[in-house]
Amino acid sequence: MGELRAKWKVNMYAWLLLLPSLIFLLLFTFYPVIQTFILSFHQADLGSPEPFFNGIDNYKQMLEDEVFWKVLTNNIWFAIGTVPTSVALALAMALFANKALRGKSFIRTAYFYPTVVPMIAVANIWLFIYTPEYGALSHVMEWFGKGDMNWLGDQKNVMWAMIFMVIWKEAGYFMIFYLAGLQNISQELYESASMEGASSWTVFRRITFPLLMPTTMFVSIIAFTNSFKLVDHLVIMTKGGPDNASNLLLYYIYETAFSFWDQGMASALTIVMVVLLLLVAAFQFFGMDKKIHYN
Amino acid sequence: MLRKITTVGMYGLAVLWLFPLLWAVWTSFRPRELATSWSFSADFTLDNFAKVWDAAPFDQYYINTFLIVTGILVAQMITATLAAYAFAKLQFWGKDVLFVLFLVQLMVPADILIFPNYNVLRDLSLLDTKIGIMLPYFASAFGVFLLRQTFKTIPNELEEAARMEGCSWFQILWRVYVPLAKPTYIAFGLVSVSYHWNNFMWPLIITNSVENRPLTVGLAIFAQSFETGAQWAEVSAATVMVIFPLLLAFLLFQRQFINSFIHSGVK
Repeated sequence: MGELRAKWKVNMYAWLLLLPSLIFLLLFTFYPVIQTFILSFHQADLGSPEPFFNGIDNYKQMLEDEVFWKVLTNNIWFAIGTVPTSVALALAMALFANKALRGKSFIRTAYFYPTVVPMIAVANIWLFIYTPEYGALSHVMEWFGKGDMNWLGDQKNVMWAMIFMVIWKEAGYFMIFYLAGLQNISQELYESASMEGASSWTVFRRITFPLLMPTTMFVSIIAFTNSFKLVDHLVIMTKGGPDNASNLLLYYIYETAFSFWDQGMASALTIVMVVLLLLVAAFQFFGMDKKIHYN
Repeated sequence: MLRKITTVGMYGLAVLWLFPLLWAVWTSFRPRELATSWSFSADFTLDNFAKVWDAAPFDQYYINTFLIVTGILVAQMITATLAAYAFAKLQFWGKDVLFVLFLVQLMVPADILIFPNYNVLRDLSLLDTKIGIMLPYFASAFGVFLLRQTFKTIPNELEEAARMEGCSWFQILWRVYVPLAKPTYIAFGLVSVSYHWNNFMWPLIITNSVENRPLTVGLAIFAQSFETGAQWAEVSAATVMVIFPLLLAFLLFQRQFINSFIHSGVK
């Protein structure tokens, strides 16, 4: 009887401890998602003061919406452009910053500082860099005798300009996780490798890289989520333009909800976003995770 | 040879990475007529900062940001500590289900739910309030997982010893677990502070008055009010002003900052 009571007491304790977190989690993650799911089956825009049920009309409309497809494609290219490059660069930075003999802390600071700068401030600075004629990039192009380019005003260039800027912003952040990962690899492994006279490339390929696999996985997931989350710069730099060439899913949700006030459609778009992110999480959790070697 | 090329390349990368900041700082001290020219002269001025300070209520924005960041941090520390202890040390009914629910927040962060969360805040009549900016972030799954990992490494014997000495449960948490997890708290605190100092989209949607607007939103409004390139020097000055406190803190505590990350179990 006493054991049962002790058990009951622990249960009560645990739930009380979790309650504060749980309340905010329910209120700002689960309840909104459920509400949004319901609202996504309703017509709720400026023309309909009382939302009414319209089945899957929003989703149908979305599939026929060219802008939606463009934004989704943009976002996929944005992810392909930013994730592998910034992760690879972060690994290179970490390997170098870990070993650099001179100016170690200078190197780390230089690589890492963009992380602590607000995206909105970054956007202001890079807007100047990319401005035709006066911008820093134009001046540099001039030195090389190249013609001026309109980086943000040209549909062909704008995505590249954004991808480069985001890599600059994020690589240093991911470097930190790799630095942490490198600390965990036992020195003995490196010592025995050097006893056997392995080349540094072999050491990287056979020891460092495989043992950093969990870090790579973790960092890739953050990078991927970020490629759907980062939109602050669009407000300052392009507003998604020209002609939606730099528009991304979350910014499109923002426009749909707060510029066009089409709440039904904004809900449907949000649901697509949530499903997309959960699918990636599931893929990571059940698929990739098993193949990784943990030490 | 190859090693030399890599070394030069990596130092070159560092210089390339520093360029945007240095350029912004440089421009912010230049007289406005010279801001867009690419000339090197000895002309420097503080006019831009003076103008910016007068043109927008940046003092109020600083206070707002400070209050918001502090409020979120304090709330997160409390909720995360309690939840992390439960997940790390207690066996209870529904643990696995709850754990998965917390995991979901990692994948679907509040930033993505801007539209639905706006509706929640409207229903709570908390639009355009500082507490409204803070609330969605009061629970942090990231913080819970980070602390849980750390608490797990603290041996149960310590807790039992403290209990023998008559410590209450709260005293044990406060005197045993919290001090031993200090590096993790520092690392999480740094992540949280820089994240919320920089957050933009959510406060932009929620606020429409000077009393509640944080620095990022204030800066965006200030920068957007200029149509031409003529005011670059002023926009640069405003940008530098907003970046400065966090950047200074980072430069001063650079070593601790990066080390606390590395040793906190953020992996």
